Amino acid sequence: MKDSIFNLSWWKWLSIALVLYTFIWGFLIPVPRLPILHESIRNLFFHVTIWFAMMIMMGASVVSAIQYLSSTNLKFDIRAEMYTATGIFLGIIGLITGSIWAKNTWGAWWVNDAKLNGAAATMLVYLAYLILRGSMDDEVKRARIASVYGIFAFTMMLVFIMVLPRLTVSLHPGNGGNPGFSTYDLDNRMRTVFYPGVIGQTLLSFWISEILIRIKKIKSQEPEQKQNQTKYETSS
Amino acid sequence: MKRLLSIIILSLSLLLPFHLLAQADDVEMADLMHQNGKIYVVVTVVGVVLVGLFVFLMIIDKRLRKLEKSNRD
Repeated sequence: MKDSIFNLSWWKWLSIALVLYTFIWGFLIPVPRLPILHESIRNLFFHVTIWFAMMIMMGASVVSAIQYLSSTNLKFDIRAEMYTATGIFLGIIGLITGSIWAKNTWGAWWVNDAKLNGAAATMLVYLAYLILRGSMDDEVKRARIASVYGIFAFTMMLVFIMVLPRLTVSLHPGNGGNPGFSTYDLDNRMRTVFYPGVIGQTLLSFWISEILIRIKKIKSQEPEQKQNQTKYETSS
Repeated sequence: MKRLLSIIILSLSLLLPFHLLAQADDVEMADLMHQNGKIYVVVTVVGVVLVGLFVFLMIIDKRLRKLEKSNRD
């Protein structure tokens, strides 16, 4: 039977459906009329869902890292690396979109806010993860050190963007004495778009990571052929 | 006693988010866009862009399946 592009697992279809749903209803549903925010409150459906997906990807990366450490099966290390890579991508998108939103509501591209600086520090910690991986040639050593560092990086992320902003002053809702979304920003209508959005973006991120993982696996099967090829090339 | 009760009820009612209803109408929103339906144009364009991206992702997925199959054989 011929393969078709529609031959996808159910959760990939679900991610397509939920992301489309979010982007359509994100523009259409009535939102609370709040000063300063105005229509930009709709960014909740796009910017905040990205950050939620980012944190879930980093969580998945930690789970894979622990699985690697307890099994020493390199397939888990590949997973941890790719989940982190997708998470970093989402984080960069989150920083850029957050910056645009901040410019138009708080008045500056970057404000000295505990959550913003925490998010930036998190991204640096995770960029260091990629550099750490890139600096080692030995597969097993790299996997072991990266797994341990990945667990550390996740803990730092929780401290930087979940704990510290709540202890100090922050402009973000739910932080530093500001009311959380649950009080009035996120009324029940908005929840019907926000939560599907989080699930959709997360599943989409898993899909993208899965593609990265599969590419990596194909690549890791190849070296023998490549070595033969280079031998052939040098001898001819 | 009655007076005390009414004060308690009044002060409790201040906790209700009535102040949000009061400010509802003077906040500027993109009402015109929703009224004349131009928002649907935006939504349609966003939808088309997304569907395009998803089809692209599906094609990548299929190519990868093909590659995996040829690698296995």
